[in-house]
Amino acid sequence: MKNNNIKTFVAIGIGAALFFVLGRFVAIPSPVPNTNISLQYAVLGLLAAMYGPVAGGLIGFIGHALIDLSWGGIPWWSWVIASAFTGVVVGLFAKKLNLQEGDFNKGKVITYTVSNVIAHLIAWIVVAPVLDIVIYAEPVKKVFAQGAFAAISNIITAVVVGGLLVLAYTKTIAKKGSLDKE
Amino acid sequence: MAAKTVLNYLPRKSVVHQLTGTTKLAFFLLFTFASMITYNTWVLLGLMVVSFVSFKLSRIKIKEVSFMLVFMLVFLLLNDLFIFLFDPNQGTTLYGTRTVLCHLFWRYDITAEQLFYLFNISLKYFVALPVAILFISATDPSEFAASLNSIGVSYKIGYSVAIALRYIPDIQRDYHSISQAQQARGVELGRSEPFFKRLKNSVNILLPLILTSLNRIDVISNAMELRGFGKGSKRTWYVRRPFSRRDFIALALGAALLLVSLAITIKFGRFYNPFV
Repeated sequence: MKNNNIKTFVAIGIGAALFFVLGRFVAIPSPVPNTNISLQYAVLGLLAAMYGPVAGGLIGFIGHALIDLSWGGIPWWSWVIASAFTGVVVGLFAKKLNLQEGDFNKGKVITYTVSNVIAHLIAWIVVAPVLDIVIYAEPVKKVFAQGAFAAISNIITAVVVGGLLVLAYTKTIAKKGSLDKE
Repeated sequence: MAAKTVLNYLPRKSVVHQLTGTTKLAFFLLFTFASMITYNTWVLLGLMVVSFVSFKLSRIKIKEVSFMLVFMLVFLLLNDLFIFLFDPNQGTTLYGTRTVLCHLFWRYDITAEQLFYLFNISLKYFVALPVAILFISATDPSEFAASLNSIGVSYKIGYSVAIALRYIPDIQRDYHSISQAQQARGVELGRSEPFFKRLKNSVNILLPLILTSLNRIDVISNAMELRGFGKGSKRTWYVRRPFSRRDFIALALGAALLLVSLAITIKFGRFYNPFV
């Protein structure tokens, strides 16, 4: 148990580093001009599903805050909190997904997809815009338009790329009872 | 070197650099919240003076941080533009009056209220920007974990942040070599591929990156466990420095600014309204 505890905190560190590198230096163009696919949310989905809500939340929070800081600004707290929120929500399903067991069957695919869709919808259409209005007094229409765009693009990344990552990852684990006695 | 790519630390001999990391982190947070709460133009102008003076004191030249400045200015302009496009009447909603200066087209009028609102938003950036840049450029990254711990964050989380800063360059290098290797094999991520193909291709790069990172997590956590990490509820830090008088002065200033900003917001409301 003790080991798991240490592992979680190391996973937070490495996860935040991954989140940072993918969010800051990797630019894969999306179909909408001048926007990029945020690959970091695929990794956030995978790591949150593996290590649980605490890890998911902190990876999102630290990773996103570091990205904002490295651009030279104050962290845009409302969106940092929304990232953390996503990690927490996906992480809540970690026990149910139990990826360490090494199988990713239909039921789990659905759980994973649903958890990511819920997390991103609430995070970008409720949490981020509302905090934008409360903290920064920005116009309602603008923040919801931004939020809706972020939600859609992040859901696609988290579900498609993240799902494929989970699938590939679970294939690398030897399943329980996969050895036959001859 | 380790975290230079992230936090752009510029060592210097100045009052600001001599403050302990804890003071800088605490002051940064106090100041950010002070400027976040209020929209009062006078308070913001006051905060801006403090912010510019501390930048001057740090002896960091504008040239050295120009890339961050340019990035933030572009971001600020775009943000202002989007606010105007989505809601040209936000100023009117906030200040309650409507003084049209000139008509553009359709529903877009330039109103004095909107301009004043955008001016305040921009002012907020200029208030926070120098302090944020200072925080990034004048904090030694190796002191960062210790500072987080001393403002009350659990030392384990402080360690997570330290690990993140330490491994960002490594992961960046890994990503670079993996993506070059995959591109040599014909995995394309640019616009020439259709969108979903691009997404699928990105998995080819991400998966090796994730698997090496998971190995790394195992190695590091085993090493930390061998050294008894996490046994005690507290720990000491090699880089932590004792507080001196200037630290207390800086902290008092930060707290005072936050209090002033709070008091004015509570007493006079969040916005300074010159229109009524």
